Amino acid sequence: MSLDTPSESTAAQAEGGTESIDRRKLRWRRRLNALRSWGSLLKEDRLGQIGLAILAFFILVGIFARPITVEIGPVWSQVQPFSLAPHGYTDRVATEGLHGPTWAHPFGTTDLGRDVLSQVIIGTRATLIVGTIAAFMAVFIGANVGIVSAYYGGWVDDVLMRITDIVYGVPFLPFAIALVFILGATLVNVIVAIVLILWRGTARVVRSQVLSHKQRPYVESARAIGASDFRIMYVQIMPNVLPLISLYAAFAVAWAVIAEASLSFLGLGPQGMISWGEIIYDVRSAGALREAWWWVFPPGIAIMLFVMSVFFIGRSLEKVVNPDLRHGK
Amino acid sequence: MGLREYVVRRILQLVLTLWALVTLLFVLFRMVPGDPTTRFVMEYPTDAERQARIEELGLNEPLYVQYLEYMGQLLRGEFGDSTHYREPVSQLIFPLFMNTVVLMFTALLIAYTIGILFGAAMGWLRGSRFERGGIVAVLMARSSPEFWVGIILVWLFVFQFGLFPRSGIGGYGGELTMNFVDRYVNFDFLRHLFLPALTGAIVYLATPALLMRNTMLEVLKADFVEMKKAEGLPERTVLYKHAARNSVLPLVTVAAIATGAAMGGSVIIETVFNWPGVGREMVASVSRNDYPVAMAAFLLMGTSVIVMNFVADLAYLYLDPRVKYE
Repeated sequence: MSLDTPSESTAAQAEGGTESIDRRKLRWRRRLNALRSWGSLLKEDRLGQIGLAILAFFILVGIFARPITVEIGPVWSQVQPFSLAPHGYTDRVATEGLHGPTWAHPFGTTDLGRDVLSQVIIGTRATLIVGTIAAFMAVFIGANVGIVSAYYGGWVDDVLMRITDIVYGVPFLPFAIALVFILGATLVNVIVAIVLILWRGTARVVRSQVLSHKQRPYVESARAIGASDFRIMYVQIMPNVLPLISLYAAFAVAWAVIAEASLSFLGLGPQGMISWGEIIYDVRSAGALREAWWWVFPPGIAIMLFVMSVFFIGRSLEKVVNPDLRHGK
Repeated sequence: MGLREYVVRRILQLVLTLWALVTLLFVLFRMVPGDPTTRFVMEYPTDAERQARIEELGLNEPLYVQYLEYMGQLLRGEFGDSTHYREPVSQLIFPLFMNTVVLMFTALLIAYTIGILFGAAMGWLRGSRFERGGIVAVLMARSSPEFWVGIILVWLFVFQFGLFPRSGIGGYGGELTMNFVDRYVNFDFLRHLFLPALTGAIVYLATPALLMRNTMLEVLKADFVEMKKAEGLPERTVLYKHAARNSVLPLVTVAAIATGAAMGGSVIIETVFNWPGVGREMVASVSRNDYPVAMAAFLLMGTSVIVMNFVADLAYLYLDPRVKYE
């Protein structure tokens, strides 16, 4: 990845501003190479491939679960007309509840006569939304805190790192429970509760990585030409820690999904949406754990598969970040 | 920076973090939308009685007075009275905390014992089918939220085989009145402990197993391993007596951090198995608006996290003399 020698960029820098197009090309080529090197690693990494395949499957299911309609005031248009889920998640499809799997309802029905398959399909959306948004926000905050902290050092570093230490002292789930309970169980609050804690890991790791990059010659030469702090941080250093950031993003998705599922399991999931954790909460509150295995197993297995796929992808990213882990078989 | 200065700084940081936690807690539970008095003081029939209670709790004072009052209370080790149980929180919460500690300690003990042995074997048999299968199994366990592992175990061991009790802690309903030894040292308690502890063990197994594998890979490159092999020692002896011992170091600090985190992570396991610990009590008291109990539970969990992080840092310092004090 862009872990290859930074001399390329220094050389390009030295040629001065006139060659800016070439420089941009060079930078893009480096990014492409980085992706390609991950691709070639993936070729030998069976787990990484499986992870990508499962994740792609869930993303497709999430998109096509129900038709998507965009509404702006009186104007609306249907962006996505397909519906994978045969029923809505609150539709009563059976007169009596709790039926085992049949051809009409492959995952059976709930105590209220709702179709479990449809609930699981639609529940993919909550997972995808919370997983991606929360992880992206957490990693965005964490990476910026880490870069700024390491780059400026001094009191900036002190303040930011003490704040990080404090966040490390807050127990994740209890905090999320308290916050979501107090502010109300909405999608936004669930995401906020997760993000407020999740950024801490990225911040620490990115900081230590940037600290070592700060000492390298390419940063010094950039500074000598008079590059601004902003430019050095985000154009020079950032691409070099990007593999690490993407690794932490993968893990952040996993933690965010587990946290959302756990909150939903406690009945504190986002209201007005069905999620996998919430389906299991429904099973428990209906007291149907003993008999209704068809109701509890599909959402549980879905959570496990989703998180597993992200971990598998994370492991293959780890090999990009840490070349020591690559070993010939 | 010398060793002493580092330790002093670290202690100051510990105090700062604790103060921040306490303040966060205050802000969090005063953020409740609407009039805080309606949340803290509910079922009082007349306005006068309600007013009296509000004044007794000091809720009519300005916020900073309440904050100082609250800090003073905590320093005296008081958490106020539970609005639900109508008794002092401190009497109520510590037995619950003990239950959590016993549960999580058992879970972590199992997780780290098995995890270390398993991880060492995975590192030793690098590239084998055993290693690949082991990694997938460990990641699979780590991908499952605690409640999912717990539900599978309940379904299997309780509903299918009927081997273990479904929930609770055993005893005669007077769970909180018995003395320490009577409560924890009996067969019935162990039967109740088995499933929740196993749940925790499965979920927490991944970290030591994967970490142990990685450090093993490093250690196995070292010359002394070749030496021991050349001496003709049995493979098992080299693995567990020499290589594994040298890989265990980094795990000590991780174990300390995990212990702290487990106190906060017990919420779900305790809810699934109805284990009377701080985690379940926190969820229950939050939903019945019993804020003094919720705050005390949160504070205990947070304090465990902070203290164990502190222990981890000091342990690291003690165990690895190469560490420079940042």
